[in-house]
Amino acid sequence: MKNRWTLYDPRLASMLIAPVLLLLIFFLVLPIAVMAVYTFFTFVTAGVETSALTAANWHEFLTDSYYHGFLLKTLRVGAMTALLCGVLGYFPAYFIWATSFKHKWLLLLLLIVPFWISFTIRTFSWINILGEQGVINVALIRMGIISEPLPMLYTEGAVIMGLLHFLLPYMILNVYVSLESIDRTLIAAARSMGCTSAQAFREVTLPLSLPGLAAGLLLCFVLAAGSYVTPQLLGSGRDALFGNLIYDTIMSELNWPMGATLSIVLFVVLGFFAAIYTRYMGMSQIVKGLGG
Amino acid sequence: MKMSTTKRLERLHDRYANGDLSRRTFLSLTAVAAASAGLSMPWMSQALAAVEQVRFDGWGGTVQEAIDKYAFQPYTAKTKIKVVQGTFGDENEIITKIKTAKPGDFQIVHSSGVNYYIKYVNAGMNSEINEANIPNMANVLQPMIEPFRKLTPKLSAVPYDYGTTGIAYNTKVISPEEAKEKGAGLLLDKKYAGKVGGYADMTTRVWYAALATGQDPNNIKDMETIWAKVRETRDLAKKFWSSGAELMDLLSKGEIVVTDAWSGRVAALQDQGHPIGYLDPAGSYAWMEDMLILKGSPMAECEELINFMLDPATSIAVAEGQSYPPSLDPTKVKLTEKIEKLPAFDKTGSMKALTFADPVYWATNEDAWTKQWDRIAKGA
Repeated sequence: MKNRWTLYDPRLASMLIAPVLLLLIFFLVLPIAVMAVYTFFTFVTAGVETSALTAANWHEFLTDSYYHGFLLKTLRVGAMTALLCGVLGYFPAYFIWATSFKHKWLLLLLLIVPFWISFTIRTFSWINILGEQGVINVALIRMGIISEPLPMLYTEGAVIMGLLHFLLPYMILNVYVSLESIDRTLIAAARSMGCTSAQAFREVTLPLSLPGLAAGLLLCFVLAAGSYVTPQLLGSGRDALFGNLIYDTIMSELNWPMGATLSIVLFVVLGFFAAIYTRYMGMSQIVKGLGG
Repeated sequence: MKMSTTKRLERLHDRYANGDLSRRTFLSLTAVAAASAGLSMPWMSQALAAVEQVRFDGWGGTVQEAIDKYAFQPYTAKTKIKVVQGTFGDENEIITKIKTAKPGDFQIVHSSGVNYYIKYVNAGMNSEINEANIPNMANVLQPMIEPFRKLTPKLSAVPYDYGTTGIAYNTKVISPEEAKEKGAGLLLDKKYAGKVGGYADMTTRVWYAALATGQDPNNIKDMETIWAKVRETRDLAKKFWSSGAELMDLLSKGEIVVTDAWSGRVAALQDQGHPIGYLDPAGSYAWMEDMLILKGSPMAECEELINFMLDPATSIAVAEGQSYPPSLDPTKVKLTEKIEKLPAFDKTGSMKALTFADPVYWATNEDAWTKQWDRIAKGA
């Protein structure tokens, strides 16, 4: 009878986890491994490379300040976007959590509505808002506030604006989920012990919602730093991020080995930040936030 | 040297894919080989099935709309073979896709002439056309065919249209007289800082920088001054566009008032009533486009389609629709008045009035220059 399976049998666990493991191996680990191998291939000419192994691509990345500058800029834009998302996203999340509005689900639905429209189309819409013939400039000119259109489009500001538009819902959902998990009696207890509303928020609500805020910051940072479409559509060449460098290396120069090298670099750098977060905060908050 | 059966069959398949063998011969030989070896090859069922569709990838927008309306739809009505279409904004994009696909997934590409032809040849993506299957090639301008034949005596592409990348300007801001006087210098005029555009393409940028520095674009002596000029245009530019649709959008909305531009797209804007002028300065960048059949395509059907597209009636209708002159020799085929008025049209058929890029010279420098341009475009 020793061979009978029990509820927590390790063999059963292995069998249940096997399909997911296989999927991860074939669709995540293996492609990344192939890309890692590609970084050592030799570029011959546009669209042609050989499997003769070389460290030339890594040498170029490590010694060329052009790449380092873009990597730092990408991290800066990612950090700025994440911080702005944190500041701008906390208040709507708090409002949704604190409101006594009967149909709270409607507010949450409004957060998700933008996802029903293609991301590219949503990004394109900013051209009609920020452009010289866009809503803002036309309105300001007609009101006589300005005589010449303001140069808003094709700037770093436009890129960050586009990223905020895309990432804010992720931040709000993460913070909201974190707030929802707070035991409201703790706030009532703080108030009953003499705290003002502001003190109760500062001493109880804010600290307890920090894991959600941190998860939102990480998510927004990683997604912003890895973005390609937004800087391509809303920025000028100077506003390109590391993702655009990868795109140009692969699609314009047709240099796959160097493109693979840059991709692995971005993967490792962003993975590093995710690993630090996981080390101190765990991934559960992000999973909760994404699951709504 | 003894050759394995598998190797022999693979070689046979390559010959079929290149159009050296008819489908009947290929199947007969494969069947004999397979019967003797007691096996079948994976492509046999594919080859046995009748070809019901051909894949075409082009530039989208008004150009592809014209090809679809005047060539593909009538072709499908006549042959029942459907033309499945895809689009790209940059030809390197489609080369990347082809590289990741298996032979035959992509079949005909509306390619940007000899400069790109070299890339397909280098990557081993070219096929070999049986010119006997395209009798309408007799009407195609020989000066357009020759550069291709220099690269591969057995052609993989047939020239289809040509045009220029000249200077487009907003006539509400820049007068035709000013445009004529300044020519390519308009792209470097500080008066229009922040309102200048340009094609985000190395060849175009280097070409116009060469004109601005008085150098021959096909024999540049001083690259440092070229890159300095490219940077100058970059600093004056509001946006470097990367597709015909984006070019038309920027010009029509007034975001930019001067840019280098594709002649056909400007003609389309003019047709729509936009106040856009067009000028081909001396040495303006001329280019041609071709219908390229990729390795692994159903050759007979692709050749039949291209022959249909080159039929004078079809070709003229497409040319009028896309606003680019056709590759038909005007000394052999009577073209319409509308085509004769198109920008870049060469009535002599010698193409001597147009300056094309020397494919070998540009191919030699392509990798290094593209890399440098990508950096400059990003502020380096």
